[in-house]
Amino acid sequence: MKPLLKLLTLVVCAAFLFGAFGTAVAQKERTVVIGFTASQTGKYNVESTRQINGLNLWLEQVNEAGGITLSDGTVLKFDTVFYDDESSTDRVQELYTRLVTEDEADFLISPYSSGLTDASAIIAEQYGKVMITAGAASDSTYQKGFTLVYQTYTPASRYLTGAIDLLASLHDSATKIAIVHENDKFSTDVANALNEYAESLGYEIVLFEGYDSGTADFAPFINKIQDAAPDAIMGGGHFQDGSTFARQLFEKGVDAKFVALLVAPPEPSFAELGEAALGIVGPSQWEPLALLDEAAAEAAGLPFYGPSSQEFTEAYQAAYDEEPSYHAAGGYLAGLLLQKAIEDADSIDTEKIAEALDNIDMMTFFGQIKFDTSEDSHGLQIGHTMMYVQWQGSADDLEKAIVFPPEAATAETLYQGE
Amino acid sequence: MDLMPFIIDGLLIGFVYGIAAMGLTLIWGVMNVINLSHGPIIALGMFGVYFAFVNLGVHPYIGVLLMGVLGLILGMVIYVIAIHRVINAPHLSTLLATFAVNMIIIGLGTTAFSTSPRNVDFSLGSLEVGSINVQGTRLVAALVAILVTGGLYYFLYRTTLGKYVRAVTNNREAAELMGIPSAQILALSFGLGTMLAGIAGGLIATFFPFTILSGGTYELKSFVIGVLGGVGNPLGALIGGIILGTFEGVVPYYISTSWVPVLEFALFVIILLIRPRGLFGVKK
Repeated sequence: MKPLLKLLTLVVCAAFLFGAFGTAVAQKERTVVIGFTASQTGKYNVESTRQINGLNLWLEQVNEAGGITLSDGTVLKFDTVFYDDESSTDRVQELYTRLVTEDEADFLISPYSSGLTDASAIIAEQYGKVMITAGAASDSTYQKGFTLVYQTYTPASRYLTGAIDLLASLHDSATKIAIVHENDKFSTDVANALNEYAESLGYEIVLFEGYDSGTADFAPFINKIQDAAPDAIMGGGHFQDGSTFARQLFEKGVDAKFVALLVAPPEPSFAELGEAALGIVGPSQWEPLALLDEAAAEAAGLPFYGPSSQEFTEAYQAAYDEEPSYHAAGGYLAGLLLQKAIEDADSIDTEKIAEALDNIDMMTFFGQIKFDTSEDSHGLQIGHTMMYVQWQGSADDLEKAIVFPPEAATAETLYQGE
Repeated sequence: MDLMPFIIDGLLIGFVYGIAAMGLTLIWGVMNVINLSHGPIIALGMFGVYFAFVNLGVHPYIGVLLMGVLGLILGMVIYVIAIHRVINAPHLSTLLATFAVNMIIIGLGTTAFSTSPRNVDFSLGSLEVGSINVQGTRLVAALVAILVTGGLYYFLYRTTLGKYVRAVTNNREAAELMGIPSAQILALSFGLGTMLAGIAGGLIATFFPFTILSGGTYELKSFVIGVLGGVGNPLGALIGGIILGTFEGVVPYYISTSWVPVLEFALFVIILLIRPRGLFGVKK
């Protein structure tokens, strides 16, 4: 009996030890640090705050759901480290270096805006960290040979070209376009692509001029616009200058059939302009009105990942008590893409994550996501497309409607043409 | 292309530049102090009107009046604390003292208000005459500028206190010998300068968005105008402001708007070289 008892004791002990060890494996937790800078002050404050809100919402949701469990039992939870970049390029490189070297960030999210992202992407690449860029649409950032920088937004070169298609679709005799844009990298990229595209379709560009970032007085530009008498005015830059431009266009009684401005119009707070916002068209990366879910993915023949646009909108509204703008959606998407890549790679190793991102071709609440993997434009977003919104209704009761492309449109375009 | 709208827009904004410059040049002329805190005080005027309008529902033009009063008090306080002790020291000391005040205001302002843009959501519509369309707020700002200049002239040339200010400007020692309390007059003059900065800031806030850093632009323009119009000459400052504003308005008619600051500061250098006392300055 004794040998049997010994054997039984041995088996019980072994089982206990194995069990305890096994539990230890299953409970191994690792906190993944996501580093970024936020424009808590300065001119990008509005857009950046929304972007960070979106990212934080994703972070809360993924942590609340228990994080990501890898096949070896490691549970990944997420945390963020960030600094205020003051909307200034000068601060970005120093802060991103600090995020990587001192805060040991595992992954990086870009700051808001192409200019700031351009500076930070160099640091990501130098230190071998994957960076998902949110709010950085300029094409040129992705044409510098970077291999670890991935774009969520439709690139600048396709930002306003759809506005020309929209104008053309209105079957009007509009032929003359004035382009007045901010002199920064992103807006200049957009304006140049717009100019080229408009001319290729036979439109006459009657005015093409840039204004300095921070311009408050648009009177000289508006005087030139009035003199050139264009059918359409396009351009703008970011929220502050774009909304000031729209306000002064209205106050100076500019009589154009069609006005399409960058960045500012899709922001819900653009409606604070009242009557000046009426009829203004803006390109949007994403709109809560557009329903993107599994059914939409099936129709497009793509796999779906993450929440539906409706679920995202409801969660964001519950968390921040405001309607999400595309900047908020972009921030959330940046987190979601990291999540997908980690799940696909089953690791947080930079090379494996980059490979997983390279292979992504899916539908999300934000739309299709696919990255260019060519050497020339690695990381450039090639799946996603823009939609165009317009403020409609009356000065006291403004509503944002999607007016283009037709398959996503929720209303007819308000147009002062014949 | 019709030149008139360019001229009118520039002209109207020039009046506001004139008021801002008048404050700088008054302090410069009376006490030989280059006030580097002029820009942040302009920005405080903007914020004052903004908060009075948004939080208390005060009409922006009442807000401008309030900013004038608060600007006067603030200036006198700044003078007593930061300037008075160094008023007789070399120029560098007063320059550094006002620079310190500049940094303090910007630091406090950034902490309290951040550098995010603000906007006073106020409009008076616009006036249309032919091809010219003028924003109501700009028109009122120009009228206020004329009234303020008139008021300042009345004060300087028709009141006893004003005469004291001019006496101290001309010869401080002689004025003191005549029994004029120069310390109080200098404090009052500094206060008048900051009062004008506060009014200019308040007026600008009625038509342009701003941050705590926005005053810097108007401070720089004030230097150009000060040189253009002549140091210590309020009417010269107003005319200098109008010239600069019109110049800014007209240049884009001919070339790209990006050239405006280049030509503006080229003008600054040229005037310094060929007529350092300014177009309307008195030879000392």
